[in-house]
Amino acid sequence: MTHHDKKGAGRFEPRIVAFFCNWCTYTAADLAGVSRLKYAPNTRVIRVMCSGRVDPQFVLDAFSRGADGVLLGGCHPGDCHYAEGNYKTLRRMRLLERMLKDMGVSDGRFRLEWISGAEGEKVKTVVNDMVAKVRALGPLDLPGKFKDWDSELEGLARSVHASSKEAAHVR
Amino acid sequence: MSAKPKVGFYWCASCGGCEEAVVDLAEGVLDVVAAVDIVLWPVAMDFKRSDVEGMADKSMTVCFINGAVRTSEQEEMVRMLRKKAQFVISFGSCANSGGIPGLANQFSKETILKFVYEDCPGVDNSARTRPQTRMKDEGDRSLHLPVFRDMVRSLDQVIDVDYYLPGCPPTPKLIMGGVQALLSGKLPAKGTVLSPDVALCDECPRKDSKPTDLALTEFKRPHLAPIDPEKCILAQGFLCMGPATRSGCEALCVKGNMPCSGCFGPTSKVRDQGAKLVSCLAGSIAAKETPEIDKVLSGIPDPVGSFYRYGLPKSMLKRRIDN
Repeated sequence: MTHHDKKGAGRFEPRIVAFFCNWCTYTAADLAGVSRLKYAPNTRVIRVMCSGRVDPQFVLDAFSRGADGVLLGGCHPGDCHYAEGNYKTLRRMRLLERMLKDMGVSDGRFRLEWISGAEGEKVKTVVNDMVAKVRALGPLDLPGKFKDWDSELEGLARSVHASSKEAAHVR
Repeated sequence: MSAKPKVGFYWCASCGGCEEAVVDLAEGVLDVVAAVDIVLWPVAMDFKRSDVEGMADKSMTVCFINGAVRTSEQEEMVRMLRKKAQFVISFGSCANSGGIPGLANQFSKETILKFVYEDCPGVDNSARTRPQTRMKDEGDRSLHLPVFRDMVRSLDQVIDVDYYLPGCPPTPKLIMGGVQALLSGKLPAKGTVLSPDVALCDECPRKDSKPTDLALTEFKRPHLAPIDPEKCILAQGFLCMGPATRSGCEALCVKGNMPCSGCFGPTSKVRDQGAKLVSCLAGSIAAKETPEIDKVLSGIPDPVGSFYRYGLPKSMLKRRIDN
């Protein structure tokens, strides 16, 4: 899969990984679907039982594997199916957001939203808005960056390999 | 030709503490020295690059390498040592995950060089001279310096590593355990970290005083508040990395009444120690409203420096991505 829409004259199409909680935001996305609401097709939704299940590692993992944005949706405060899960999410993500900023990941690439099961319309608004903002930021392309960073290692890898001293009598 | 196994020690970007750790084996080092031939140990004996070049491939049984990899010289040496050694042990936090030198991955190469050679208080360099990789002196002799790479790397990001000894530095007990396993041939699976695969809290003497719900209301810094020597340090509000750090040090820092700073790296179940610490520590705050949460979190002035203190190059992002 490439970053560029083949039909759209090279327009950058962001890839957004969306973690939606089973009880609220996923239900809302379902509602948006059955209500035939039209919204940007750029999200890859992953259903989790609770937004509190989303380890900050998942967010970093998504970015490092090529996501341009990560959206996390959970129940409104006070509405968590497991009583406290979304509070844990909020605390973790407040700190993760600071850390992402310090690591050079632009504001807007990560977003936390509370979307209840009745708010199909909000799924549409949030996704459209996020896609527009991430599109404006451009591709993150961490896999490409990793490859680029490691290109400085190629020269020595080759020259040391070539100067290897083969000595069959040892062993 | 001696039948004793040949052993080498080498250092890259490190402070020398790992070399001290070998000396810290005390009389135990004599058993090691009696059982092996040390064929390379630049910090203690005189060895030149040509000595390594002259070795036959795989002629060294094991090479212990400490320090992160930042320069082309370090990179070239470890690539050569990988060819000369049957086993390579990544020794200590810097080799395992970048260590303290790895924190430089928050800054671009230009930022670092500009600060060190121009802006650093105490530097008198009005000509703004920077080290060059090649130059000729007055006698027309040419000099070469290694290339300063764009980022710091862990050893296993450059060469294949067989085993890991964690710690800043690894403890004598773990080193001896690793050496004995190698000498006896009782080897664990390749890639094993030679330390117990559970979190530090498991072997912490203050474990029983850790409440089920930490419900933290503030984060304090060890130089600004006294630490109760009996109670769980994290429960007192000090950043203690025990919950997401591998055990094996026998809670050395906690026994010295200081919080764990995370030098053993994560357990095998964790892929990004910093993110896991965010998960555990921020998740344990009592506050429920954003402003209160932010107020508690303001007690952590440097999240990257705290949570990736020993492992930024091995984090999922590896370095500040916009440099």
